[in-house]
Amino acid sequence: MPENCIYIARSSAIAARALAGEMMVMNSADSTFFTLNEVATAIFQAADGHTPLREIVREKICAQFDVDPEQAQADAEQFVAELSGHGVLIVSNQPLATEAP
Amino acid sequence: MAAPLKVACVEIGRVPIALSTCDDRFLDLLRQRYDGFLSSSPPEFELEFDLADTGPVSDDDVRVRREGDEWLLERGDFCARWNPRTGQGRVRQNANPYSLDSVLRILHSLILAERGGFLLHAASAICDGRAYLFSGVSGAGKTTMTRLAPADITLLTDEISYLRPSADGYAAYGTPFAGELARAGENCAAPVSALFFLEQGPENRVDELTSAEAVRRLMRNILFFAEDHGLMEKLLATACDFVARVPIRRLTFYPDSRVWELVRNFDRDFERNLDRNSPGVPEHA
Repeated sequence: MPENCIYIARSSAIAARALAGEMMVMNSADSTFFTLNEVATAIFQAADGHTPLREIVREKICAQFDVDPEQAQADAEQFVAELSGHGVLIVSNQPLATEAP
Repeated sequence: MAAPLKVACVEIGRVPIALSTCDDRFLDLLRQRYDGFLSSSPPEFELEFDLADTGPVSDDDVRVRREGDEWLLERGDFCARWNPRTGQGRVRQNANPYSLDSVLRILHSLILAERGGFLLHAASAICDGRAYLFSGVSGAGKTTMTRLAPADITLLTDEISYLRPSADGYAAYGTPFAGELARAGENCAAPVSALFFLEQGPENRVDELTSAEAVRRLMRNILFFAEDHGLMEKLLATACDFVARVPIRRLTFYPDSRVWELVRNFDRDFERNLDRNSPGVPEHA
């Protein structure tokens, strides 16, 4: 999938809650549990289905954290792949309708 | 003509539930089993039991899901329907007390999830007017902790703790759901002072947990069976609130009675060290 057309949306099967600066994410389908750090939380919260991942990284990560843009993009893609593998994020090369929980 | 229904009201965690049956022997069984938790309060909910030749007590996964207005609870040895709006339900099971326990636990887990509480796989006991919870995987030491408890400790349960929010945190209630100790808890309650996740080791020590690790361990030990996204969201919110309001620690203990001195002094040491809490280490997914 070309990197410049990745769109991500949060699955409707997940429950999420912020606590002490971290995001707790639970997949209600299989009860798997994840904790996201600050950078991962920024990506997760921006996963609206219609903002390209590259734009999320530029606007939400590079603009707010002291990171190398290419490294940030690579890390974001790895993070997205990992969470989509667990059903937490939905990934597409086209804009996605945001799933209402 | 059907035999008349006979009713026993069982009140756990201030939730009175009327259990009705036509079968005198089953009524005797549940009165004996929940002796100490029988109540004359007006019931909030009602369950009618139809005894039938269902399967034996099963290790199969229980399924709890919505079907219209009702919750449907199914396992090999029982099938129950319960309408939270009317408060009424029917259970089809054999006369096995373990099936009865399971149905009641699931029902309470649903009721509590809506009310900001939960059932926790944990032993709990009252010490000097405060409740302490001891959670962990099977074999971690829940029953051992209750066996080691001094005489002045009031046992709430050695297996399933009942937790509800209160004005200043959370309160733990006694339950009749017994584990290896085979002894029901006392029907009383106290404000929760701390939750310890147990590990056995060569010495007694208390270690802090990050908020994330506390929530992770808590969610792993909460009894919750419902396939319901909305209720899961509420439960996660409750778990985060619990972690924010109740001290949660890892308790490594050597199995002798000295560990209870550590527990007994926890409140005093906690107050003294309140300012020394270190921030958690963030985790990646």
